[in-house]
Amino acid sequence: MDKLKKSLFWILPSLLALVWAIPLFWMIVTAFTNPTYRMTLFPSTGFTLDNLRYVWEAVPFDAYYKNTIFIVVVTFCVQFVLSTLAAYALAVLDFKGQLLVYVIIFLQIIIPNDVLIIPNYMTISDLGLVDTKLGIMIPFFGSALAIFLLRQTFKSIPKSLTEAAILDGASIWTIIWKIYMPNAKSAYLSFAVISISYHWNNYLWPLIVTNSVENRPLTVGLAIFAKSKEANMQWANVTAATFLIILPLLVAFFIFQRQFIESLTHSGVKE
Amino acid sequence: MKNNLTAWGLMLPALSFILLFTVFPIIRSIYLSVMDFRFGMAEPRFIGLGNYVRLFHSDLFWKVMGNTLFFALITLVPALLIGLGLALIVNKKSKITGTLRTIYFYPVILPMVAAASIWMFIYMANNGLWDQIARFIHMGPTDVLSRQESVLPALAVMYVWKEAGYVMIFFLSGLQSISPDILESARLDGATGWKLFRHILFPLLGPTFLFISTVELTNVFKLVDHIIIMTEGAPNNASTMLLYYIYQTGFTHFDYGLSSALTVILLVMLLVVALPRFIAQDKKTYYN
Repeated sequence: MDKLKKSLFWILPSLLALVWAIPLFWMIVTAFTNPTYRMTLFPSTGFTLDNLRYVWEAVPFDAYYKNTIFIVVVTFCVQFVLSTLAAYALAVLDFKGQLLVYVIIFLQIIIPNDVLIIPNYMTISDLGLVDTKLGIMIPFFGSALAIFLLRQTFKSIPKSLTEAAILDGASIWTIIWKIYMPNAKSAYLSFAVISISYHWNNYLWPLIVTNSVENRPLTVGLAIFAKSKEANMQWANVTAATFLIILPLLVAFFIFQRQFIESLTHSGVKE
Repeated sequence: MKNNLTAWGLMLPALSFILLFTVFPIIRSIYLSVMDFRFGMAEPRFIGLGNYVRLFHSDLFWKVMGNTLFFALITLVPALLIGLGLALIVNKKSKITGTLRTIYFYPVILPMVAAASIWMFIYMANNGLWDQIARFIHMGPTDVLSRQESVLPALAVMYVWKEAGYVMIFFLSGLQSISPDILESARLDGATGWKLFRHILFPLLGPTFLFISTVELTNVFKLVDHIIIMTEGAPNNASTMLLYYIYQTGFTHFDYGLSSALTVILLVMLLVVALPRFIAQDKKTYYN
């Protein structure tokens, strides 16, 4: 009886999981089979790599891949350095105007960049950065979320460590490098996951800023391709293209599932 | 004194980018929102509240606001309920729950562009998956994305599918922060199942509910990727939401004054939703 009850309990969750998995399942099946006229959940035609091959040749995905990787890596590195410095100041030093800094930081957390596309596009245009990778990245160099997350972790590091280091004549750089950064590894990792998945997936801003293959990231490339192929028989190609752009992140997620979920829990900034 | 200099020196690099791309554009939006400034004009011209008056007299504006709030409502409630349900399901350590958690959560990490590309075909008239099911149960074909009354609900289904896993992880961390002692003593008092949920878990999850509601509302207000790919506001602006309207006004109609006024309205909405939470948090952060 108990066993029956237990297995009954799993019916609904499993059904939900089935529904949740359908889009991904269909996408992968369709990407790897010959095109069909009707959308079928289960493969009705033979296995093929032609869709992937066609898409890879028809769309400059290699350029888009390079662009996305460049954008993701450089953005994260700049955020990493700048946020570390700012978080150290906020967490450790007492200074005049702290409250103002907090207000500005919270302002950015509340008001995401996407909302400010019009004025920010004007700024990018004034700076002559339209259709450059720098133009895509620069609004994200100062990351309030990163500063906030690091500050929380830095606060929990005992000040006595710093005081001892100062007595030994250590400079501020040594203190940050030797004490604060090693003790905040998990905060850095969390932010890395948030930042990388955000910029890998970001669409609206790069769409507005770029208009050439040399600077376009994967998401914009996929959208252009998908919108040009909004026809029955084309889903094989569009799913193949979609598969190509989500693969790295999806594989990383399936391997480091726990880390992803933990990190993204921080993206809501919760105490 | 030395502290002040060092601290501001360390703050400055990050802060200057935040000032340039968050604070300055907010001020610029407010400034441009009281200007007439369109494509081809050399200089903006002051018109007071003209843009706002124009918006308040425009049917399209009210339609867009209605769409945005309607979409927020029909995604927020299901996302919260399903997210909570999923969290309750996976809030146990076992192999099965680990797999389930992965499946419920994976849509979160997909780019919206990818999700939209997939769902565009699911919703395709006649030969898409949705319409085939509809025909199978003699309801279709429905062609959901082309009908005014069904386009937002259809987008909402996709969005809830994509977002429920995100809501789930907040409830999960809320559930896991409830002390086992409380649960144990409740169990000893005979609270199980629904009773346990209604009298113990639900009240303790209150703050999590509030928190997620504000996060989700903020997220919905800035949704736009899927509209650009799946509908472009069609049919007849039935799926145009605020940020898409801003994008259209600015980058298709080149009416920077009007789009700035819309931006200011969106900023106010975001602040109203988020401010209570941040004032509470700010105090906590600052006095810690």
